[in-house]
Amino acid sequence: MNLNRRQFLVLVPVAAAAWQYVLAGTPQDAPNYQLTEHWWGMLLDITKCIGCGNCVRACQAENDVPDEYFRTWVERYLRTDWNLTTPEVISPDGGKEGFPAAEEVKNGMYFFVPKMCNHCADSPCTQVCPVGATFITPDGVVLIDQTYCLGCAYCVQACPYGCRYIHPTKHVADKCTLCYHRITKGLTTACCENCPTGARQLVDLKNPNDPIHAFLKTHDVHVLKPEMATGAKAFYNGLDGSVR
Amino acid sequence: MGGVEGYMYPNEINLYWSVLIVVYPYVTGLVAGAFILASLVRIFNVREVAPTYRLALLTALAFLIVAPLPLLLHLGHPERSFEMYFTPHDTSAMAMFGYVYIWYLMAVLLFEIWLDFRQDIILTARSSKGLKRTFYFLLSLGSNNTSEHSLAIDERAGWIVTLIGIPSAFLLHGYVGFIFGSIKANPWWSSPLMPVVFIFSAMVSGIALVLLVYMFTTRVRRREIDMPCVDTIAKYLFYIFIIDFVLEMLDLVHRIYVADESFRSISFMVHTKLYFSQIVLQIYIGTLAPLLLLGIVQVTRFSPAVRKAIYVVSAALVEVAVLSMRWNVVIGGQLFSKSFLGYTTYKIGLITHEGVLMSIFLTLLPLGILWILVKILPPWPDLKRGMNHAAGTTMP
Repeated sequence: MNLNRRQFLVLVPVAAAAWQYVLAGTPQDAPNYQLTEHWWGMLLDITKCIGCGNCVRACQAENDVPDEYFRTWVERYLRTDWNLTTPEVISPDGGKEGFPAAEEVKNGMYFFVPKMCNHCADSPCTQVCPVGATFITPDGVVLIDQTYCLGCAYCVQACPYGCRYIHPTKHVADKCTLCYHRITKGLTTACCENCPTGARQLVDLKNPNDPIHAFLKTHDVHVLKPEMATGAKAFYNGLDGSVR
Repeated sequence: MGGVEGYMYPNEINLYWSVLIVVYPYVTGLVAGAFILASLVRIFNVREVAPTYRLALLTALAFLIVAPLPLLLHLGHPERSFEMYFTPHDTSAMAMFGYVYIWYLMAVLLFEIWLDFRQDIILTARSSKGLKRTFYFLLSLGSNNTSEHSLAIDERAGWIVTLIGIPSAFLLHGYVGFIFGSIKANPWWSSPLMPVVFIFSAMVSGIALVLLVYMFTTRVRRREIDMPCVDTIAKYLFYIFIIDFVLEMLDLVHRIYVADESFRSISFMVHTKLYFSQIVLQIYIGTLAPLLLLGIVQVTRFSPAVRKAIYVVSAALVEVAVLSMRWNVVIGGQLFSKSFLGYTTYKIGLITHEGVLMSIFLTLLPLGILWILVKILPPWPDLKRGMNHAAGTTMP
């Protein structure tokens, strides 16, 4: 094939654009998903959580979470009547296999608190990332570009909730993605899918028909550490004041 | 779980910032401190410390060259570190590191050293042959004018660079403090005083280091230690150390008196896990002892031999204090849970890439670099005077 200079000059940018398109991959696996029509969060109902650990196991299986690290975990609180602000908390292996039998307490109560990334609207982890590898999507999910993350762990230090870790083999920051690969296809998260009591509910605040709107009107819902002003979107029903 | 007391969030059990992140602010602080000492001569016209001027600049350079290494070694993906320059995230304090570092290295330190040594470099190039001549010619960047007029320009330009350098040194180390101080999730770090404390502790550590290096090199070179010089350095060290100590104690007293929700955790830690490194090493041995020694020298008349001994001991203790302070900030800030319900233990490696030996190596490496630098650019004041008589000629 003979190419003259003019043809060559036309072909090079066309080929470059085509190659760029190939490298970019498929933009969205869910072609009908509109980023701007959603604002995701999660409702965690402490009054319903039984500490079975299904969510932790489901998350680890779905997202290949390494042992001894947790994208979600469950804590068991023992809050006694004479010490309302310093509870006893355990989370053996993140509550993955449930909890040991609790001793009877006369003046106190046990309850379970599922924890996960709060997908904060004003997240400190996003703020501190030196290269912008951590970012918030237009639909309100805080994600990490692991092909870009330096592994400096500044975000781990900045998260007030202890939700982040450095992946032991990938050497980059890792945390809950709110099963972004699932929710953009119209599915719910692995933890919600496997919760036997409905203690976890994926919520879409931009969806006027989402039951969360009615729930928020009729329940006492709070976020963790509101003094941190992170715009947390993990909404807790029945949150005791002793929960950290 | 081994090494854990109470309750830690499960991802908090391992520390993510290792001893290398202790070395980083320590080394950076030495740079800033050494430079501030040099600026005493140039900007504040403290002539007594002039013998250490060039040595302080070279010390700052040697440590600045090493400063990024602990950070690079600590990164999970050091090969991506250049992304901080190319695609910095504008809301991140850490993203500014690259720019502050390059600014300080290129615009301040290298420029000032070059200006100050330019005449020496040209004269050495002229009097040498072969490779050495080529090397020094390259160092001179083609400059060959040693006339009085050109030296006056060097002097004025150097003054301006130092003037810019003082806030730059503050920026370099204040920024390191800000990285910690701006983490609202961590009450041990989150404090507007943090950058200020870092700056003053940096000045103290850098001044003490140059004092030690000056006394050591002078002894090795079998020259007389300039007593007015070391007396003056010790005086500045004493006063700045008082300010540093007052600031740190202000921070501590404020925490104790306010006693917010994190106080129980922090108090427990200071009384147990950090007791040795903070109370014993940093406060008693590293701060009160040298302050007492340096204070006594200010009000008594010891012989030069005694004063020299006191200065060496005090300066060494100051280094212990500042290194301990870095440890207490960096490691201490990760030993307690953000739930304030538990404590973990730092398991430090010995020969791992973030272990003890690597940290010692990185802390001592700048001294090796300094040794090479003083071979290339002898900073000794007696030599400089000897070479100055050749000034005023132009390379043919």
